[in-house]
Amino acid sequence: MISGSFEYFAPTSLDEALGLLGEHGDDAKILAGGHSLIPTMKLRLAEPAVVIDIQRVDGLKGISESNGNLVIGALATHHELESSDLVQQRVPVLSQTAGEIGDLQVRNKGTIGGSLAHADPAADWPATILALDADIHIAGRSGKRTVKATDFFEGLYATVLEPDEILTAIHVPIPDENTKGTYLKLHQVASGFALTGVAAIVTKSGDTCDSIAIGITGVSDVAYRATGVESDLTGASLTAENIAAAAEKVVDGKDILEDIHASEAYRANLAKVYTRRAIEQVAS
Amino acid sequence: MATIAGPTRMIGAPIKRREDPRLIQGLSHYVDDIKRVDTLHCAFLRSDYAHAEIKSIDTEGAKDLPGVVTVITGKDIEGKVGSVPCAAEIEGLKMPDHPALAIDRVRFVGEPVVAVVANHPHIARDALDLIEIEYEELPVIMDMDKAIEPDSPLIYEDFGDNIAFTMPLDEGDVDGAFAEADHVISNRFVNQRLIPNAMEPRGVLAEYLPGEGTLTVWSSTQVPHHLKTILSLLVEVPEQLVRVIAPEVGGGFGSKLNVYAEEIVVSYLATQLRKPVKWIEKRTENFTTTIHGRDQINYVEIAVKNDGTITALRAKLLANMGAYHQLLTPIIPILTYFMILGAYKIRNVKLELIGVFTNKMSTDAYRGAGRPEATHIIERIVDIAAQKLGMDAKDIRFKNFPQPDEFPLDIPTGVSYDSGNYQESFNKALGIINYDQLRAEQAELRQQGRYLGIGIATYAEICGMGPSIGVAGGGWESGTVRVERTGKVTVLTGVSPHGQGQETSFAQIVADEFGIDIDDIVIVHGDTGRQPQGIGTFGSRAMAVGGSAMLIATRQVKEKIVKIAAHLLEANPDDLVFEAGNIFVEGSPEQAVEFTTIAAEAHLATKLPPDTEPGLEATHFFEPGNFTYPFGAHISVVEVDIDTGEIDLKRYVAVDDVGNIINPLLVTGQVHGGIAQGLGQALYEGAVYDESGQLLTGSLMDYAVPKATQIPRFETDHTVTPSPVNPMGVKGVGEAGTIAASGCLVNAVVDALSPFGVTDIDMPLTPNRVWQVIQDAS
Repeated sequence: MISGSFEYFAPTSLDEALGLLGEHGDDAKILAGGHSLIPTMKLRLAEPAVVIDIQRVDGLKGISESNGNLVIGALATHHELESSDLVQQRVPVLSQTAGEIGDLQVRNKGTIGGSLAHADPAADWPATILALDADIHIAGRSGKRTVKATDFFEGLYATVLEPDEILTAIHVPIPDENTKGTYLKLHQVASGFALTGVAAIVTKSGDTCDSIAIGITGVSDVAYRATGVESDLTGASLTAENIAAAAEKVVDGKDILEDIHASEAYRANLAKVYTRRAIEQVAS
Repeated sequence: MATIAGPTRMIGAPIKRREDPRLIQGLSHYVDDIKRVDTLHCAFLRSDYAHAEIKSIDTEGAKDLPGVVTVITGKDIEGKVGSVPCAAEIEGLKMPDHPALAIDRVRFVGEPVVAVVANHPHIARDALDLIEIEYEELPVIMDMDKAIEPDSPLIYEDFGDNIAFTMPLDEGDVDGAFAEADHVISNRFVNQRLIPNAMEPRGVLAEYLPGEGTLTVWSSTQVPHHLKTILSLLVEVPEQLVRVIAPEVGGGFGSKLNVYAEEIVVSYLATQLRKPVKWIEKRTENFTTTIHGRDQINYVEIAVKNDGTITALRAKLLANMGAYHQLLTPIIPILTYFMILGAYKIRNVKLELIGVFTNKMSTDAYRGAGRPEATHIIERIVDIAAQKLGMDAKDIRFKNFPQPDEFPLDIPTGVSYDSGNYQESFNKALGIINYDQLRAEQAELRQQGRYLGIGIATYAEICGMGPSIGVAGGGWESGTVRVERTGKVTVLTGVSPHGQGQETSFAQIVADEFGIDIDDIVIVHGDTGRQPQGIGTFGSRAMAVGGSAMLIATRQVKEKIVKIAAHLLEANPDDLVFEAGNIFVEGSPEQAVEFTTIAAEAHLATKLPPDTEPGLEATHFFEPGNFTYPFGAHISVVEVDIDTGEIDLKRYVAVDDVGNIINPLLVTGQVHGGIAQGLGQALYEGAVYDESGQLLTGSLMDYAVPKATQIPRFETDHTVTPSPVNPMGVKGVGEAGTIAASGCLVNAVVDALSPFGVTDIDMPLTPNRVWQVIQDAS
């Protein structure tokens, strides 16, 4: 497994990294944790002429709390998110999601920013980030911008990131105490990716659902919010019957993936069952 | 002769592997760790097509790349090196030529077509992208059922069909038994293709010294001696000038029991370029071009009486050869043919084994090699019969076991089971799992809508590979034992361990025989320069055959030591015992001669008894009179999530009888690893090709090998029925776990789903497949 040859840069500031990206454009790839890019390069499915390693760039690491948000640097590793006390206290569903990614080696190196920017249709983070209504912070040479997670993913391995932009941070609103979240997943047993992953965030008063957000990954070519399920249950009583009926709508209007690991019908079933179970778990 | 005589301090002790510290610390050397000065690096361009004519090959671009030394095609070496060998001798076997680099035609995706040698592995790899091959596609034959139809396109036009061989058997009165049967149970079983995935991929380094004329080859192989002989013939270097070394080998599971095109080409290139040449297999190459395992379709019927007695079995066994024969390709399914009756006394058998060519990678030995398929067939169909008869799965097995006093037992397939007590191991497993209570619990849970399944596999398998009449290339093994001047002991063995731990278990035996510290014993293996004759490690044979050779050589040396010691002590040789580094008359340890003193005297040669030659060394070649037949009972408990098809493996009990046990820790480790691989076949693994012959499961992202987190705690135990065919009474344990596990697990899942009317599920039991079966049944 030997990659093609490439030029390697290790900038130390965001400006420097953006400058390199502007200079090399489509010939360049950003290297963060390397758990998507490097395997692709070794198989020579990607042969970028330039690799810009952003591990040394100032200000892209760390997890902190600011103005009611959890601010997660793009280079935060899955393991940091899994094990951080702050994350476990403020938004435990993030730790739970991180713990479901790959294996320990992958979690030690892979980053949340890299995963989101790569937009693998079966990656775990998109489901939870969508359900948490996070903001994605992006820097380009012309300035910075913020995009809602729901506007970030565009399709198979496609996001709103321009070729000369870098994802810098994820801001997750810290839910109130009446809000509970979970992430349930069936692993594709070889890769560890999600055959189906369901993130459910529910805010209740008594048995009534004040708000609900369902993020789905692994089912279609891009992660999505199950709006049909959400609108059915918003303001409704979270009975087993209501939940089961709403969960049936989780794949409405979606083109469902089919591959050697799961048929279309099976993925649809998984999405429904896991959605029902995820909501039941946070509703109880 | 059933057990080892003398003091047994080390035999039976659960000693940790002496190999592990160096492996764990990274201090050891695999092929890629071996560095020779001025080494050149080889890379192979492989076919992207499953079946095509090669119209043209343009290597100019690759040759022009700075750092490239040479680029060769099949035509360049045609007539100069021999073809990839196959050792099978079967009546009517069609033996296609298998050139090391394809000439004119390619027949599977991954077949090597061009070899590049460069001064750096990265340059060799880059050069592959500069070679242009023009192909013309031919019809692709992937499906065995279709391949044997008369109108199928052909892989070899000269052969007239895609059938490599047919092996029939008709023993007893099969038609009569079926005519008188109360029930006939029929099923089609698929034993899917598996990819062995040793942790260390293959690799070879060859160095030719033109002055001396010697060729030294380091290869990640299980059979260095076979490789030595075969390479000498294929690249025309006299055998006595060829040395093959298997350094640390990171797993094989049968996949390195072979001679591969890359070993031939790299050795040839070394002789031509007169520099060391190295090739290290990439994981993607390991997936496509290291042999695969299993891949059989079996049409099976049994005749059953109302009381559960199975009176006859008939079966058509289709075995996928792939596009070419590798070393043992056609032989592997013959082990299915031999063992298809499993642990049962069935007297009427009709078989038709058909080897089929397809445009896939060759199959060959993979852990269990033919016996997991046999066990799966018989254990599944016995369960289907029990289900149909409304009998408990336990009872139908007891009904058909032979009695312990019937061994040795001639089996209609032509083999003879050496020893056995199937009732004892099965009863022990039933007791451990608490079978009757488990059945009650299962019934209770079903009332609550929970689906527990209990799966049983009682098996008999064939291993301890010898005698020579049943093993291509020889079923014997060599052992040399030498006491050095200082009293240190060197054992040279022809077996070639690659994870089994014989540096530990062999030393335990010698330590007991000589009464010396295990640390004073070194087991040397995997080097034809040090032990010139041997066969290798496969078929759970190392202890049964190689251990026996070593034991007998040890006793020959011991006889001489006794003679010298008796002379020095002026004692009767029959009264001497070996203990704690001393030799003395039993009961008089105060008048001892040290083992090291005897070693010194044997070489100083001044005080030897009359007519005694100097030195303390013996070599023995051992060939057993029969194979060994381990057996046992595995029971698993699963719970199936019927909404998603997910399987929760709750318990796994394995009671194996592998004869006498030298090191229980190693035996348990082998059982654990074996079950893990059988579990892999049952639940996760399966090579999937598309219709054009591309391997869709070509990486660990898509091909699931079992991981530590997916394995439950195994509950293992043993019964001990010694084998009469070797002096240690051992049977072999390398494959037992794998052989029993797949049938055991599928039986459990089918049992869980029996309320839905499910009678069978093809492996692997992916959640998708289990869910689909439930949908189809309900």
